[in-house]
Parts: sequence; C-alpha cells; structure tokens
Amino acid sequence: MPTNINKTRMILGLLLASAIGLFAGVGGYTFYFGKGFSYLSNDPKACVNCHVMREQYDGWQKAAHHAVATCNDCHTPHDLIGKYMTKASNGYHHSKGFTLQDFHEPIMIKPGNSSVLQKNCVTCHQDIVDGINTHPGNPKKMLNCVHCHREVGHGPVR
Amino acid sequence: MKTNHTCRQRGLALWGYVLLIAFVAGAAFGVLLLYQNMVTRKAEATQHSVRITELDETTVDPSKWGLNFPRQYDSYKRTVDNYGTKYGGAGSEAAPVSKLKTDSHLPEIFAGYAFAIDYNQRRGHAHMLEDQRVTKRVTERPQTGACLHCHTSNTVLYRKEGLKLGSPGTLEESMDSENGRAQLMAGFEAVCKMPYKQAAELAQHPVACIDCHDPKTMDLRVTKPGFIRGIDVLAHSDEPVPHLPSIERWRTGDRKQPYDANRDASRQEMRSMVCGQCHVEYYCGPKMTLFFPWNKGLKVEQIEATYNETKFPDGHRFYDFAHAKTGAEVLKAQHPEFELWSQGIHARSGVSCADCHMPYVREGAIKVSSHHVRSPLLNIAQACQTCHRYPESEIKARVEAIQDRTAALMDRAETATVGLIRALEAAKKQGATAQQLAPAYELQRKAQWRVDFINAENSMGFHAPQEAARILAEAIDYARQGELLVLGIKLAATTAAVTPAP
Repeated sequence: MPTNINKTRMILGLLLASAIGLFAGVGGYTFYFGKGFSYLSNDPKACVNCHVMREQYDGWQKAAHHAVATCNDCHTPHDLIGKYMTKASNGYHHSKGFTLQDFHEPIMIKPGNSSVLQKNCVTCHQDIVDGINTHPGNPKKMLNCVHCHREVGHGPVR
Repeated sequence: MKTNHTCRQRGLALWGYVLLIAFVAGAAFGVLLLYQNMVTRKAEATQHSVRITELDETTVDPSKWGLNFPRQYDSYKRTVDNYGTKYGGAGSEAAPVSKLKTDSHLPEIFAGYAFAIDYNQRRGHAHMLEDQRVTKRVTERPQTGACLHCHTSNTVLYRKEGLKLGSPGTLEESMDSENGRAQLMAGFEAVCKMPYKQAAELAQHPVACIDCHDPKTMDLRVTKPGFIRGIDVLAHSDEPVPHLPSIERWRTGDRKQPYDANRDASRQEMRSMVCGQCHVEYYCGPKMTLFFPWNKGLKVEQIEATYNETKFPDGHRFYDFAHAKTGAEVLKAQHPEFELWSQGIHARSGVSCADCHMPYVREGAIKVSSHHVRSPLLNIAQACQTCHRYPESEIKARVEAIQDRTAALMDRAETATVGLIRALEAAKKQGATAQQLAPAYELQRKAQWRVDFINAENSMGFHAPQEAARILAEAIDYARQGELLVLGIKLAATTAAVTPAP
C-alpha cells in the first residue's frame, strides 16, 4: 500500500514540477514578448509599447518639458516604494484596459494620478510657487498647476 | 486507526497535488491567451491595410474600395442610420421630419418657391441621392442636373460626359492631370444644363470614396468643380482667411497658377475642404452654371454683395425667387456650413470638419478616422473630449446653451421677417406701387437672406455662435426697418387723403 501511494505521489510531484516549470517558461516568454522589463525602466518608449499613448508621447517630444522631464518624472512619485507602487497599479489598470478593450476614450488622468502629478510639479518648481501654493502638502486641495499650464507636458492641443 | 488517519491524510495530499496541477494548467492557459492577445495587437499595429484589389480613377463603387479599407468602409456604411439631436438630424423614424411643419414661419418666408412645397430635415450621406430623387422640389418643379453636383458621386460621371463631348485624354489618367481636369469641367458644364431626370439616370452612388480620395495614394483631394473654381475665386479676393493658411501663402506668391487645393493645401486644411465641396452656399438654378459666390469672401454680407453684383444672362440682377406674397426678388441660402465654420473659433484654432464629424476612433491597436459622418453630439467622447476635458454632460450642456440661444433669436428674426412680409402684402393691397415699396423690398431681401443663412446652416449657430447672433440681429433690424418704411408710406398716404388739397 504505502509503496503504491509513494509512487503516485512521486508521479504527481514530477507532473507538478513540470507544470510549474512549463508555466514559468510560458509566463516568462509572454513577459518577454510583452516587453515586461521595459516597464521597470525609466525609458518613455515603454509608454508607447501599446500605441494608446502615442499622441501623449509625440506631444511630449514637442513640449516644453521634453528636455528636463521624462514620463516618470511627472507621473510617478520620486521615492522608490511610491514609484513602483504607482507603476504596479497603473500597469494593472492599463493592461486590463488594453486587453479587455474596455477603457474610456480619449484617455483621461484619474484623481490619484492627478495628485501624483501635482506633487511633482511642486517638487521641481517649489521656489517659484511657494507664494501661491495654497495648501502645501495636500495635492488634492492645491491650486492645480496643469489647469492653466496644460500644454507644458504634452504640447498644445490643436 | 493510525493507518486510517495516515491514509486519509495521504489521500487529501493527493487531491491537493491534482488541484495544484489543474491550477497551474489553468494559469498557463490564461497566460497563453494573453500572449495570443498581444500577438493580435502587435499585428494590428504594423498592418494598416491589405491591398486586395487595384483601385484606379475608374473605380466608383465604394464596396470595391471597402475590400482594401474595410474599417473605413464599415463606418461609411453607417451613414444610413437615422438619428436626431435636439436641433439636427431627421429623427429615428423612417420618414424624415418636415421643417415646414416644425417651423410655421417657413411656408410664408418661402412663399412661391419650391422650398414651400417640401423641406425636410436632412438625413445621413447614404440617403442623399434617393432623398433628392423623391423630393417634391424635384418631382413637381423643373430642375436641372446642377442639383447632382452635391448629391451623387460625380467625379467619374463628369469625366465620362466630358470624354463623350470630345475632351482630350482617357479616364485612366489622374483626375488632377491637365486632361483629367478638362474632362471634369466639360462634363460638369454639360450635366448642369441637362434636365434633372436625364442627369439623374447617370448617377449611381451617393458621395463615394473617389470624391475625396486619390485612388492611388489615398491622399485627400477635392473633385467637385464648383469648389475647385470657388476656392480659387476666394483666393483671388482680399478677404483675410487666417484659418486657411495655404491660401494666405499662395497670395504672397506670383499667382501665375490658380490656387489649387490639391496642390497647395495642407492635410489639415483638406480635412475641411473636402467637406466644403458641398456644405457651402452656391447657386444651382437653371439660369447660370453652378457657382460658389466667394468673390468677396465668406461672410454673409460678402456673399450677398457678390450676388447683388451678379447679373443673369438677360441682364437682370441675381435673385433666387420672386416672393409670391410681396413680389420682392429674394435670395435662398443653401447650407453654408463651411462659411459659418470659417467665422468661428474652431476654424480659427485649426480644428477641421473631420476632427469633430469624423473623429479618430481606435479599433484594437489601429486608429482610423470614422467615416460615419454625423453630429458630434452623438459621439462626444471622441469628437470633443480629445481637446475639451470635461464630462460629456457638461459639453453637451454647453453646446445646447449656444443652440437654444440661437434658436430663440432665430425665432424672433423669422417673426420679424414674416412681420415685414405681411406689412408689404397689406400695403400692396392698399395700392402702394412697386416703386414706392422698392426700398422695403430691398430690406426684405436682406432680412430674409440673413435669417435663412442661419436656418439653412446645419449647426443651429454652433459653428460660429457670435457670428450667428450678429447675422440674426441684423435680420431683425432690417425686417423692422422695412416695417417702419411701409408704415411711413401708409402714413404719408393717409395724411395726403385727410389733408384737403390747398
């Protein structure tokens, strides 16, 4: 009896090991095919892998901030944990949206990402905006920079 | 007991293995699905069109173009859909709504003209040919082939007629070649002179791909003779056209060649000009060849001045119809969308017709310009939100605020115009002479032209809100000035009757 069970267990164990190995392989290749590593980088080209943000990318290349800021400089927090948390959350939503094709078009920034952006404006422009920054530290209540300076990031909109 | 317990534990462990294997298999299955999805999206991104059939200058049938461009063709076919917005469209019913019933002023304003018999809300592009063939304006009044300039695909139709009349070259040559243009213009002149029925037999399709696209390069191009001539006439005027920079540039050149949109205009300008081939003011009656009245510019009073200076071959001053109730020789506006848009903020900001009426839509990883030409109000996300980042309800409310105000002002302008018509009618009955009433007739012409310019235009003022309000304010003013004139004539007559002669 025990020998039989041990045999079955061994076979199942092998099967499981192969299955997990296969999954890792297939998953790894899909990750590579989907340019997964590029999303961990700072390269703006990663943001146009799927072409949805082509207009934003093209606009950024012609816009005022092109020389001084990449996508991540404005759109992700500057601390390590915050940066990768934001990347993970956006990565999940964008992948889900693009795979299921169920996102709102034209794409629009959501409140969470908007406050990340606002914080980053102030981080760099602290010295200039000190006097008009109504709610320092509270990006949700702060005077919204891009409400007027809409064109700095992605160039003029027609 | 102990063995039993171990056995059960081992049995459970076995099931655990099986479940885990099933789970890993399911996850791998899901990952492969995702992989497949990525492959599809990547393929879409690299492949825009597959050339299945050869297209050339003789291919009129849109379904053939549709083989190579299925996405554009699919949306083009949707113009068959009936729809209605607050002020536009023909509603969702099978039979279009009659404007004569929804606007009680119109039968009086158009008295004596074909538009008093039949005047329906417009339907989509797909209906343009059938709707024209059955309207009582065509079946009950004699019309010419000029009407077809904008109600059928006539690039090839005109060229074939031109060739029949001895124009040089062949149909295979490019429409933009010297021979192609000569064929087009000769055919156009000939078809305009035909009776409508004879010309309509030549027509096969509503507006088609070839009317706006070069079959070889798919570049946008204009092919309607009225526009080709009209835009050159506009280029030769002094009127500033900052929204059409290629005309401004052409004006600074040596002007040896005529302004040619297909050669000179930018792609963004072409995205409006192809629409301006038809969505404009023009004369298409029997007395002269169809023309666009743009000699002095695109504003309402500039077009009016052009008409006023135009003489029919018999030497009579230009007019569209003699008003049945007053006798005034008045003007009827067509659908001056291009002209009104030209006065608005969107044109000034470089926004073309296609940006709002044929916005880019994404299918998978491909972006295509929607060929389902329709009101932007039916597609606010794609049409407006690309630039205006406000909720759809807010955008719609802003548009309707403009349209409601225009509609209210237009109603007043029509009431004023009808007031003048009735005053003239009464004065005539009481014996006022045509000579006495001539200045008031002139004011009827002015008022009626303005109010109809906004009524016939398909945006209820939205294409240029302030300009629309200015035009309607002028209409009200001219109509009431006319009434005062008539009142003055009446008063003079009564005073003369009451006061005994010295």
